[in-house]
Amino acid sequence: MSKLTPVLSAHWDEPDSFTLAGYQRHGGYNAMKKALDMDADAVIALVKDSGLRGRGGAGFPTGNKWGFIPQGDNKDHYLVVNADESEPGTCKDTPLLMANPHVLVEGVIIASYAIRAKHAFIYIRGEVTHVTRRLLQAIEDAYKAGFLGKNILGKGFDLELTLHIGAGAYICGEETALLDSLEGFRGQPRLRPPFPAIAGLYARPTVVNNVESIASVPAIIEKGAEWFTSLGTEKSKGFTLYSLSGHVNNPGQFEAPLGITLRELLELSGGVRSGHRLKFWTPGGSSTPIFTDAHLDTPLDYESVSAAGSMLGTKALQIFDETTCVLRAVLRWTEFYKHESCGKCTPCREGTWWLVQILRDLENGKGTEADLAKLLDICDNLLGRSFCALGDGAASPIMSSIKYFRGEYIAHLTNGGCPFDPVAATLFASSKAGA
Amino acid sequence: MASAPKTFDENFLSRLDAIIARYPRSRSAIMPMLHLVQAREGYVTAEGIEVIAQKLDLTTAEVNAVASFYTQYRRTPAGEYHVGVCTNTLCAIMGGDAIFSGLKDHLGIENNERTADGKVSLEHIECNAACDYAPVVMVNWEFFDNQTVESAKTLVDDLRAGKKPAPTRGPNSVPTFKEASEVLAGFNDGRANEGIQAGDPTLLGLKIAKGERK
Ligand code: FES
Repeated sequence: MSKLTPVLSAHWDEPDSFTLAGYQRHGGYNAMKKALDMDADAVIALVKDSGLRGRGGAGFPTGNKWGFIPQGDNKDHYLVVNADESEPGTCKDTPLLMANPHVLVEGVIIASYAIRAKHAFIYIRGEVTHVTRRLLQAIEDAYKAGFLGKNILGKGFDLELTLHIGAGAYICGEETALLDSLEGFRGQPRLRPPFPAIAGLYARPTVVNNVESIASVPAIIEKGAEWFTSLGTEKSKGFTLYSLSGHVNNPGQFEAPLGITLRELLELSGGVRSGHRLKFWTPGGSSTPIFTDAHLDTPLDYESVSAAGSMLGTKALQIFDETTCVLRAVLRWTEFYKHESCGKCTPCREGTWWLVQILRDLENGKGTEADLAKLLDICDNLLGRSFCALGDGAASPIMSSIKYFRGEYIAHLTNGGCPFDPVAATLFASSKAGA
Repeated sequence: MASAPKTFDENFLSRLDAIIARYPRSRSAIMPMLHLVQAREGYVTAEGIEVIAQKLDLTTAEVNAVASFYTQYRRTPAGEYHVGVCTNTLCAIMGGDAIFSGLKDHLGIENNERTADGKVSLEHIECNAACDYAPVVMVNWEFFDNQTVESAKTLVDDLRAGKKPAPTRGPNSVPTFKEASEVLAGFNDGRANEGIQAGDPTLLGLKIAKGERK
């Protein structure tokens, strides 16, 4: 019996899975009908009881976030869905929305009803044209069906849904930067408090949730909190999407209960690239400290991954085999953070610049061993000291790679440059035996 | 308020108004308006900045400050087909670096340049949320999955020859940069039903769970 539990992905193999008809064939929008017959507070309570936690990286309980919105305050409330999927390695929301945009729209309706929002926004990154099309069409079709707009299903609930399309800025994945961007400014993070629940979009109470979190809501409403809590672990409830990429025979999306291990996922999918072995991997995107083959049996839930020194993050499992130079991988991520630093705070703006300079020298065999201490020192000034989590993300791959692969950094110095052949690491170099 | 620069017709101006109408506060319209300027001009022109500033009652400096923050807003014309090669770590290692340098040689242009015929511009891009399809190439932000140096060269040759190839996961033929920008401004081009719902990697877990794959 497979450990996989397709729920969100259950009907992705039907060619019209992204259409309204395809979605309704399997009960799509029934959860909305059920929710609109419930008291709004009861919807919040049900999501709280399910234990659903944010699937965008931070893992904050979704129902609690909704519960923070002050009610009876006579202010406009907003729901904003973060579909700005840009964390390197992360590739779950994009295929989800391509295959089934309606599940997000339905989740948006339910969540907006619960928090008493009359206008919701989906902020999608600007670099995925076809996904944008599918969402535009899904929203149009939902309006036509009477699921959006005035007096939805005659229940007296009004909701407008606007798709907002980004324009290439990783920092907008940070929820307060995303709000600034949505208000029409440069996307720079805001000081917290006040938190978005009190002063978010247009300084009004706002919930910001990840795509997968909101898309998980319809099934929870339909099947109940107990069903959801029966999956997963003690504190990490339910199922989630794991994305396997890199040096594996068969990359792809896997929906499984929280707590599955990389070893199990590799066994199911056909393993590491044939003839090679696992060297290092990220549990949840490039901002999460790397793991090695010593972590193959770490349960991939929020608590176990933290206890092992990393973070579950976006569950983006990027697999690198022994042909990969860890310094090359880390330098490229660091160049990314330098490029994407919004420039607002000094530790991140200056720190990421220096990190790139030092790593480039090391890659070319030009540094000294003292540079490793300097790298760690700069990382120490970034981690927890920058304005937002981008700085933490920039420090993570460097600190963790020096911890596990210090010798490989030194080898660049003794070798006078990189000892690896980049061709060996490419996909074209492998004989895709397991494919 | 001064009248809009004369280069813009009524239809364009009314579309700007339609964008403003989507939001509770007008300033939020600035990003889709910039995408719409690119849909018309191929990049963000000074006139485009000016018309947005007028519509939103902002200074051109304020609009410029926003435009310059986001990498998709271009200061120079894009090619009819804007080709992005993912060179973030995972794609780079899986072959993206080789593809990018191969395309630079093949086209005789550098990063962020355009071929003399105006057909293709080239850029290295960051992770495009398709790592399970690495190495990835985007054309006008449509997915061309699992590329090799050779397949990418053929792709740009086809684009220059006006062949409009179909993306791996996208519409039946690749749109032009201007057509794609219109979608990014939030205008439905009616092509959502074209193309597949999911590629093989997207379906892998589901197929294993259903016993359709070992
Ligand atoms: S690293 Fe290229 S798509 Fe993610």
